Amino acid sequence: MLSTVVFLPVAVAVALLAVPRVSDAVVRWTWVAASAVELVAVVVLWLGYDGPGYGYEVNRRWIPSVSSGYHIGVDGLSLPLVAVTAVLFLACAVYALRRTAPGTGREAPSGARQTSTLRSFAALFLLLETVCMGVFVSLDLVLFFVFFDLSIVVMYFVIAGWGHRDAARAALQFFLYTFLGSLALLLGFIGLYLAATPHTFDIARLAAQNPLQGRGTAATLVLVAIVVGLAIKTPTVPFHTWLPPAHTEAPAEGSAILAGVLLKLGTYGFVRIAMPLLPGPWRDWGAAIVVVGVVSVLYGALVALAQRDFKRMIAYTSVNHMGYVILALGAAGLLSTSDSQAHDLAVTGAVTQMVSHGLITGALFLLAGVLYERGGTYDLDAYGGLAASAPRFAGLTALAAFASLGLPGFSGFIAEFQIFTGSLPGAPVATALAFLGILLTAALFLRAYQRLFLGPPASRVGDLTLAETLSIAPLMALAVVLGLFPRFLLDLVEPAARVLGTLVRR
Amino acid sequence: MSTPYLNGISFGLGMDGLSAVMVVTVAIVTLAVLVFAAGEFRSVRFFGLVLLFAAAMLVTVTATTLLTLLMAWEVMGATSYALIGFWWREPRRATSGLVAFLTTRAADLGLYLAAGAALAGGARGLDLDRLASLPDGWRDVVAAGLVVAALGKSAQLPFSFWLSRAMDGPSPVSALLHSATMVAAGAYLLLRMENLLDATSWAAVTVAWAGAATALLLGAVAVVQRDLKQLLAASTCAQVGLMVLAAGTAGVAAGTWQLVAHAFTKSLLFLCAGAWLTALGTKDLTELRGAARRHRFVGVMFTVGAASLAGLPPLSLWAAKDQVLATAARESVPLYVVGLAAAVLSAAYAGRALALVWANTDGTDSVDRAARALAVAPPGAGEQGESTVRYGRAGGEERPARPQLAALPVLAAGAAGLGLLALPGLWARAARVVPGGAGPAWWELVVSGVLALVVTGLTARAVSRRDLPAPAPLLGWLGLEGLTRTVVVRPTLVAADALARFDDRAVAGSVRATAAVGTAFARLVDRRVEWSVDGAVRLVARWFRALGRLARRPQTGQLHHYYAQAVVVLAALAVLLLLVR
Repeated sequence: MLSTVVFLPVAVAVALLAVPRVSDAVVRWTWVAASAVELVAVVVLWLGYDGPGYGYEVNRRWIPSVSSGYHIGVDGLSLPLVAVTAVLFLACAVYALRRTAPGTGREAPSGARQTSTLRSFAALFLLLETVCMGVFVSLDLVLFFVFFDLSIVVMYFVIAGWGHRDAARAALQFFLYTFLGSLALLLGFIGLYLAATPHTFDIARLAAQNPLQGRGTAATLVLVAIVVGLAIKTPTVPFHTWLPPAHTEAPAEGSAILAGVLLKLGTYGFVRIAMPLLPGPWRDWGAAIVVVGVVSVLYGALVALAQRDFKRMIAYTSVNHMGYVILALGAAGLLSTSDSQAHDLAVTGAVTQMVSHGLITGALFLLAGVLYERGGTYDLDAYGGLAASAPRFAGLTALAAFASLGLPGFSGFIAEFQIFTGSLPGAPVATALAFLGILLTAALFLRAYQRLFLGPPASRVGDLTLAETLSIAPLMALAVVLGLFPRFLLDLVEPAARVLGTLVRR
Repeated sequence: MSTPYLNGISFGLGMDGLSAVMVVTVAIVTLAVLVFAAGEFRSVRFFGLVLLFAAAMLVTVTATTLLTLLMAWEVMGATSYALIGFWWREPRRATSGLVAFLTTRAADLGLYLAAGAALAGGARGLDLDRLASLPDGWRDVVAAGLVVAALGKSAQLPFSFWLSRAMDGPSPVSALLHSATMVAAGAYLLLRMENLLDATSWAAVTVAWAGAATALLLGAVAVVQRDLKQLLAASTCAQVGLMVLAAGTAGVAAGTWQLVAHAFTKSLLFLCAGAWLTALGTKDLTELRGAARRHRFVGVMFTVGAASLAGLPPLSLWAAKDQVLATAARESVPLYVVGLAAAVLSAAYAGRALALVWANTDGTDSVDRAARALAVAPPGAGEQGESTVRYGRAGGEERPARPQLAALPVLAAGAAGLGLLALPGLWARAARVVPGGAGPAWWELVVSGVLALVVTGLTARAVSRRDLPAPAPLLGWLGLEGLTRTVVVRPTLVAADALARFDDRAVAGSVRATAAVGTAFARLVDRRVEWSVDGAVRLVARWFRALGRLARRPQTGQLHHYYAQAVVVLAALAVLLLLVR
């Protein structure tokens, strides 16, 4: 069942590519249909899951020589992210229903060449969906690594092939930088493998073994390798510089997935691998992790405040938002032995933040795509008073901005309140400093919003089309539902957070 | 009512005497404001936002956990942003919304701090009534957070300036924002948390003095304002200061009734100001000279409100304010004196406003202006903004229309009728709803009443001859907004720019430099190492070629050469054989 869900998109992609001639419309609708079916399947998975523990587990022999297996399964930490992945990919598919060619912002010229471009775009996205799902469901380090690395490769082609002017360069930087990160990660994985007796790459067995317990330096080195690898992907300061150019140059759908899903691969790695497999060093280095988190929060927010480019600004707020996750996880390490309620709150908040950021930032990047398509630039100063001619656009952006700045009633608040309240008992000063982050994001979003949408109308733009509305509005609707009625998500995450707590406490 | 929300923290609502009083007040004032606004506004956005705003206030005053309180509190702030910046086409108004939201949100961070500290201190469910019993240390942090949040929301010093900017919103919004909601929320929170303030050694005193200082200084600011709405706004800060003072001196009942009395009085006054603004197109006090004479009904209503604001007996604020002063007097004499001075100032600014609007205009200046505004302006709806030219209506018909003015007498009844609380019997009953100390002695009521009458009368006389001078610091709200911009906003922006440059040059630059070093190294390897390895290989190849050439030389194709070679080789083999053996 789970394997089908993971590999369904790539099967559709292969089918799309294999058929000799298909029209644009067929490609678009196949893409939407495949993503919709995928989402339905994920909802079924969610409803059928009864945790805690791994659900839909599959464990087959794969590379027995290094005792690595095809081991997949979902639990309260991964299922929400699998769901967000499905939602965002569907949103992107719907967004691509617009009659414009992806990335260019221009009306798609009809003809064979264009079809093949759209077809490869759709196929790449479907492949990417499989790859992202694969990372979240992997319970084997080698499998995890393979999917993790593939995500970089596929995203490279998305940015390089469909990005804006300077895309090739940004894509190359993205690829090399994150690839370097995944090499560090691989090093850490090998360290874990070697430390385990018997040697294994299986995450569940490694977690049970806790192979590096009491192995001071070795454990620290492995933690450093893994943390650096994940921190590059997340990204945290100072490893974040690949993010802004990649976002600015990527097509709207690519940015939405990059921010909404790919960044979560890094933070997910922390809760799936770094914390349960290296509990001792994680606790010992919790304070350092907290510092990295707080610096990311404040630095990301301040640099975002100074941006003149809408998309770059959103990219930096991602650094800020991921900083909260890191802060919470670091504080959770510090708290695991002393205060389990706070620990669970912090971890649950971190996972909620991953979900929430996926929805909200995904929506923001799609909105940025709309902006670029209308005006041909992301420069804030080039616009003004857009609310007059595009009220729907203005309204949805206002919702997304308030959601992103953590207003109660949206999912971001549920995440950040838990993070703050949970982390404060563990790291009071750092958390109190991180509060400033929500003030800074409020300032930067509302300033940007005012420049774009308020004031005397400077230019007329078309309002959101149906496809654009249908792709973005559901994301915001989900953010509101989560913000008002979070129990359905938290009921899933909290048991998993408790389990993680027992693992980190060892 | 309570429902599980986060891990161990529930979303709870509950009702007690204080909440009940607040809920009723909010509901009445909101209704009155909506009725008033119904004539001016047509858009769904306006009414939706107002209702959301009022709902947030209702949740705030019934919240039983910090989580619930914080959620409603922040939603209220965000809605106020949207309402103040309702006329978004004008950049100044949008900026005003931004200033208001950011200032209050900066203070709101205190609530986040309080929530975290409460959890750390062991109040697992973040229940409000458990906060006072936290251990020392965490309790102080919680109290500090709550006090900052409340002072910010209530526009007390040093946060007062946002309320001045909030005047850029539509008048009905001001009427709501300044009376039963938003600014009242801060005072409410302090009243609600009075036992927490009392449990710490410093919070109650700090709060009391913050309130008293605001009442005094912003009272002085109000006296000199040239704009009616600004005058009313500053007086709001001052009157809320008295509530805050009450919260800091254990006068929960006094503070609550001050809040209620002020809510009715101030919403009435703002709606009157709004009515004149709509009809005459101005809120400038000099241009409003004689406005009450031209619009008798609004004028009478305004008079009731202003008289209550001045503390004239037997109106509501006279009674309520004396409750506050009586509790303050029991705590400390200096606080009482400052409070009394603030009361005198309120009589002064109310008296000045009354004198101006009832002034006998022999000149036709203001009427002329109004007429011009009416003639020039297109028949714009409220959505277009209350600016002088744009707002007036064509055809000389004087707005606002009658039905919406029906809201005013209701509020006036409240503003006047609550004066009955001065009666000891009624006060005792009121104190059963919101528990509080004994009321003021009869002589206190008399003294403050007489004082208010005298000051109001004197100010009115003075102003009707010549308006009071307006020192710049007072006129500019003590320069607080400018100060904040200089001390907080600009450094932040400069730091942000610097960091962004640092990010581009140093952080991203070092990554680029690493990449450049990598390529340079590769080139170096290519040129040096690769060259020498290549050279070595070529050298070896040359040797072998030479050897090959050498080996070719015996291959002459001539038989005698081969024989000779065979003989040499055989001889060599023989020698070798001999040697080996």
